[in-house]
Amino acid sequence: MTTRWFGARVQRMEDDRLLRGKGRFTDDINENGERALETCFARSPFAHARIRSIDVNAARAVPGVVAVYTASDLPFGATDLPILIPHPNLTHGRTQRCLASEVVRYAGEAVAFIVAETRAIAEDAAELVEVEYEPLPVVITPERAARAEHLVHDDVPGNVAAEMKQEVGKVDTALTASPHRKTLRLRFERGASAPMECRAVWARWSAQERKLTVYDSTQSPTSIRGGLAVLFGLPESSVEVIAPDVGGGFGPKIMLFYPDELLVPFAAMQLGRPVKWTEDRQEHFTAVNQERGQVHEVEVGFDDEGRVLALSDDFIHDAGAYTPYGIILPIITAGQITGPYQVPNYRVRFRDVYTNATPTSPYRGAGRPHACFVMERTLDAIAAELGLDRVEVRRRNLIQPDQFPYEVGVAWQDGNKVVYDSGDYPALLERAVAMLGPRPSGDHVGMGLGVYVEGTGVGPYEGAHVQVLVSGKVVAATGIPSQGQSHATVWAQVVADELGVEVTDVEVTSGDTRRFPWGVGTFASRGAVTAGNAMGVAARMVADKARRIAGEHLEVDPGDLELVDGQVRVKGSPGRGMPLAAVSVLANPVRYAFGGGTEAATQFTARSRPGPPLQEGEQPGLEATGYYSPPGSTWASGCHAAYVRVDPKTFRLEILKYVVVHDCGRVINPLVVEGQIEGGVAQGIGGAFYERLAYDDEGQLRNASFMEFLVPYATEIPPIEIDHIETPSPLNPLGVKGAGEAGVIPVGAVLASAIEEALGVPIREMPLSPLMLYELTEARR
Amino acid sequence: MRVNGTSYPAPIDSRRLLSDHLRHDLGLTGTHVGCEHGVCGCCTVLLDGAPIRSCLMLAVQAEGHDVATIEGLAQDGGPLHPVQQAFHECHGLQCGFCTPGFVMSVVGLLKQNPNPSAHEIDEGISGNLCRCTGYASIRRAVERAAELSKK
Repeated sequence: MTTRWFGARVQRMEDDRLLRGKGRFTDDINENGERALETCFARSPFAHARIRSIDVNAARAVPGVVAVYTASDLPFGATDLPILIPHPNLTHGRTQRCLASEVVRYAGEAVAFIVAETRAIAEDAAELVEVEYEPLPVVITPERAARAEHLVHDDVPGNVAAEMKQEVGKVDTALTASPHRKTLRLRFERGASAPMECRAVWARWSAQERKLTVYDSTQSPTSIRGGLAVLFGLPESSVEVIAPDVGGGFGPKIMLFYPDELLVPFAAMQLGRPVKWTEDRQEHFTAVNQERGQVHEVEVGFDDEGRVLALSDDFIHDAGAYTPYGIILPIITAGQITGPYQVPNYRVRFRDVYTNATPTSPYRGAGRPHACFVMERTLDAIAAELGLDRVEVRRRNLIQPDQFPYEVGVAWQDGNKVVYDSGDYPALLERAVAMLGPRPSGDHVGMGLGVYVEGTGVGPYEGAHVQVLVSGKVVAATGIPSQGQSHATVWAQVVADELGVEVTDVEVTSGDTRRFPWGVGTFASRGAVTAGNAMGVAARMVADKARRIAGEHLEVDPGDLELVDGQVRVKGSPGRGMPLAAVSVLANPVRYAFGGGTEAATQFTARSRPGPPLQEGEQPGLEATGYYSPPGSTWASGCHAAYVRVDPKTFRLEILKYVVVHDCGRVINPLVVEGQIEGGVAQGIGGAFYERLAYDDEGQLRNASFMEFLVPYATEIPPIEIDHIETPSPLNPLGVKGAGEAGVIPVGAVLASAIEEALGVPIREMPLSPLMLYELTEARR
Repeated sequence: MRVNGTSYPAPIDSRRLLSDHLRHDLGLTGTHVGCEHGVCGCCTVLLDGAPIRSCLMLAVQAEGHDVATIEGLAQDGGPLHPVQQAFHECHGLQCGFCTPGFVMSVVGLLKQNPNPSAHEIDEGISGNLCRCTGYASIRRAVERAAELSKK
């Protein structure tokens, strides 16, 4: 394959409309100019309460209110929502119902749904929904959940949804034999992904066509479509789900289902009018899944040189009130704790416990920032104990380049075992240390570093459709949507290379089931690996077909043809060939020419050859549908290092230098990958120092606004220096690995390491804040 | 009120926010709403040439004023405004949701200060949140926009 576009800094094709204000986000949808009914929820103010009664009469009586739904008004009101990813260890999985009618288990759980002529009327009516609650004891924090003084679900003993224990080697024996042992208790608190666009759903039911059309700011329109078809008893072909422009996702926009994803389509079908719901920011803070709450008890055994001999980690994962996403998060954490390091004896047990807080599901990093924090904090503790250099301790423990494929031996989120496909971790470390350079002068300056791996590109599969139009332009589509990952550009690069056309001649549609109905979703840094390779597969099928058709027309062996500059031509004699556009015409034998050069494919003009016009086994059109299903995850990796200064009076954090060396295999577009990393690091800095979801003992989120949940502005984010190394993945044809989440993963570990050195106080918790650093320093005095 | 140079009738609903009026009454959905409490800056428009948050202002308060939104910066099909062009060249946007607000803030910033220093750029965009880019590419875009604006 030629590599003209692959690897180039191609500027984005999706930019123009977004820059002109012509983007189309779900709240912008106004199909056919029909004004949609607007909606809002009445949500529980209590984190745990029994519902004694619900009275919606006053709400229904408000002029302009069209409908008010409670659980008893819904045919699916008594059905638990699905557990998306069942697992044998999830012995006590529980999910919520679309609308609560018996018990609410987190503040913000939906109780009633109001449909009105305007949002303002709907909100006024929501205030009039009378719910009599009987408050129940509230369980907040994973530690208290594990103590089980109160239960979140009456029928879940100990609040434990799942427990899982894995061991590689003989940990107790190895710990006993270790010259040095150390224990650490490490804590990670909840954060929020906080995309700039809150969630939204718009739906319309056409009774004549029996067709349901749904716009949803989801990361998985194909799954939503499947679920709606089952729920409403429709064939999938009667349900269209489109994720239009989506304003950031970072994980929590993939769920089946948030209540609105069922209620908006349901109301549209019931009422015969388009219905929309747009979340507000305060609502987003409690209604949308969160992540990161974990508590780890670590014991490590190591030798005099700082080599890890055995590691045991017993951790509790804060599931929140329900487990719709199964136990993927703690499985990922357990699978990634040892990271890029050789740990010959490793034991991990986790308990996934219920709390009266918003449910959890993956948020960019998904279990990995905590895993990285655990391992890197442990290595820093070893270095401190032995008086060794922190870089040297990492050097001595890293997996070496000749050890791939490297089997860690524990379970992975795709049902396989954790097996690293390729990498060069020592090269990452050495380059990052070199880039970081000499230590800046001054007091209260610290250096931090972290090395990480990231399992990316999980299956099961994605697909793509690629078609060369009779104009020679190319259209391509895949099922997974974009929330800013530049799909329309990077997949155009993949396709353009295979077909020998200009990248601007390829138009990509993603996340629209009308164009491509199969697939899984955008999550787990999997787009480039799964959909990217599917694009490559489909485009190669189209190229092969073009060679077959042109070969017959030119009376040349297809193997002697190449696709270059929009032509299919004979290798070595560029004058002999035909335009790809003309091949597209010939690919579809027609009786009636319809313009665009198609007269060349009618019966009296097309080249005569024996047999039927459409050869046996051939399909019309210069198009193909291809799929890619990965055999296992691809493992990206990287090293971050930083110098920080902490003001000893205000405890303000100043990041003096931040460097990243990153390996995501072959890079399709450096511009895009660097953007992903820069954004990830910024999100990591927010998550490490500014963004903590502060629940009080009553389960009330005390900082449910951007006034108090401090997403960093430009003034908090330093310039970031980035370098790449490329160890291609042997698992897929493009040699790519995922890049979406990497930037965020080690940031907490890096900043903890640096702040610990800057202030001389042990850091055992994330996220930090000036107040916490003050308290730690005071406690030290 | 005049929006992008065109006069529109006064808003009917006295409680209507300027952001909602632009989006839902005038169909100018390029102005986005990210928090509705004046922190994220997604809804930034220019009022008589200066950046303001349209979610913190009632539509009726804009009566008699000039409002400029993202849609008015470049003609349909025509070349992009220098600030838009700079965001494109520097990969200053990913999901594009915060982008109209940033672009309008930067248009306002460069009007006041055509040669901002690095520090002034950070201050100038520190009323807008972006969750995708980490701001590095936006800083580069502002520098590039200052260059392009001089041409």
